Amino acid sequence: MTTARMPSGTIPRAAPARKQLLPRHSALVRLTHWINVLCFSLLLMTGAQIFNAHPRLYWGEYGADNDHAWLSIDSLQNGSSVRGVLHLGSLTFETTGLLGASKDEGALAARGFPSWLTIPSYQDLAAGRRWHFFFAWLFAINGAVYLIAGLVSRHFRRDLLPTTSELAPKHLAHEVVTHAKLQFPKGEAARRYNVLQKLSYMGVAFVLLPLMVLTGLTMSPGMDSAFHVLLDIFGGRPSARSLHFICASLLVAFVVVHIVMVLVSGVWNNLRSMITGKYAIEVDGDAQ
Amino acid sequence: MNPNVKFKADRMTPFQARRKWLTAFAAGAGSLALAGCDRAVNNPRIDATLRSAEKLTLASQRLILQHQPLAKEYGERDLSPVFRANGSMMPQSKEYAQLLQGKFVDWRLKVDGLVARPQSLSLAELKAMKSRTQITRHDCVEGWSAIGKWQGVPLSQVLDLAGLKPGARYVIFHCADNLGETADDSGLYYESIDLLDAYHPQTILAYMMNGQDLPVAHGAPLRLRIERQLGYKQAKYVNRIEVADAYSHLNGGKGGFWEDRGYEWYAGI
Repeated sequence: MTTARMPSGTIPRAAPARKQLLPRHSALVRLTHWINVLCFSLLLMTGAQIFNAHPRLYWGEYGADNDHAWLSIDSLQNGSSVRGVLHLGSLTFETTGLLGASKDEGALAARGFPSWLTIPSYQDLAAGRRWHFFFAWLFAINGAVYLIAGLVSRHFRRDLLPTTSELAPKHLAHEVVTHAKLQFPKGEAARRYNVLQKLSYMGVAFVLLPLMVLTGLTMSPGMDSAFHVLLDIFGGRPSARSLHFICASLLVAFVVVHIVMVLVSGVWNNLRSMITGKYAIEVDGDAQ
Repeated sequence: MNPNVKFKADRMTPFQARRKWLTAFAAGAGSLALAGCDRAVNNPRIDATLRSAEKLTLASQRLILQHQPLAKEYGERDLSPVFRANGSMMPQSKEYAQLLQGKFVDWRLKVDGLVARPQSLSLAELKAMKSRTQITRHDCVEGWSAIGKWQGVPLSQVLDLAGLKPGARYVIFHCADNLGETADDSGLYYESIDLLDAYHPQTILAYMMNGQDLPVAHGAPLRLRIERQLGYKQAKYVNRIEVADAYSHLNGGKGGFWEDRGYEWYAGI
């Protein structure tokens, strides 16, 4: 603060910055956010369980063991020992301990994702599917409520849609640089989402999460019969399964960045705003 | 000894200790959470709640499938170069071995239960009936897919030949293969579908695959194709079709070999 460097008494009217609690997130956004957190966590871990039943991904209308997989997690047995290998295109990574072979009750065992990443921790495709579909329903209903309410209340238009000036390359570059330096808006500017927040939230809410639903539905033979167009959009069930995996990976990347940003930009303030709805911003002492 | 190293080591100790403590804490919390998840998975009340989603799935898919849309059919050039065989590859019984040796001439498909005219049909009789050929995608519950060409008798024809009695709701397929222990000690594979799927035009009893007699690994001489559900519903080595008002009297009571092992009866997803 510039006021702090001034000799005391020279500017008697200069008051220190004070905090003001402002309403930030509506009750509906807070509720749907935390339901989404629950659903996403469980869907991710049960999804890893389901993936483990066949840890290979393909493009096209068919894909099984004899077909080319663009990604595969292989468990190579050699006598009593097992090695984990990740194949990604033409690349090969040794992943023993994490992918393909990981500790299961003390001993290395053949499994795609490790037990601490799957629900249940042991191999059980039937249970994994049961959990996945239950929380997929909850996730879809929750998402529909969020999207409809956001449209009707004009929350998206008011808070998420970037303005033209925000989308100017110069402004975007400036935001990227300040974010990289972990400098976050203060005062008036902190009242609104910055443009990087707007773009990433819109990408998640309007692109990635809906894609998760659509690619998930495309894996259902019943849905495919009713809506052949799903197969046309995604280029086949194996392609949809690959895209489901890719979108889930992008969502994990988003969540990692999101949590880091929550931590470094004032963790208690951020958490409070998503729980009670109140967000503190610093305003000048004499500002009303 | 290099004093710098010692100094460094001394300075690192508290960090290492804290890091070790944090790692142990995270691992402990993680395994607690995981153990909690495993306990939740094995809790019957939670399990019953989760199974309610299956009813929701069935109800909503019935809604969109009530007008019997066809599963996508592909062209010859879309066929999987190798169609993976799964589950049983070769029934173990002496009877099956004899039937196979005799090229299934003595094999019969029995149709009984809630039918007006129980049937015992030879392979030749089935092949003489009007057939349907379709190139469709087979989706395994594990996540892989394969495209194959199937030729067989629409199940509806066989059911109409036998004539359904009032009260008929399910069609149960009894198979010749033994995939594991079952409650009735026969160990035989079985499956069940309801009449909506039984009368779907693409639901066929296939005796040919990719232009040849159905291979043993794929269920010779006869397997079910029910194109809007997953692979475990596509019963292989079918030798008896039972029409019934319920399936709860069979084995684990869940309507199929894999259903008795926790998989959904409705496998449309």
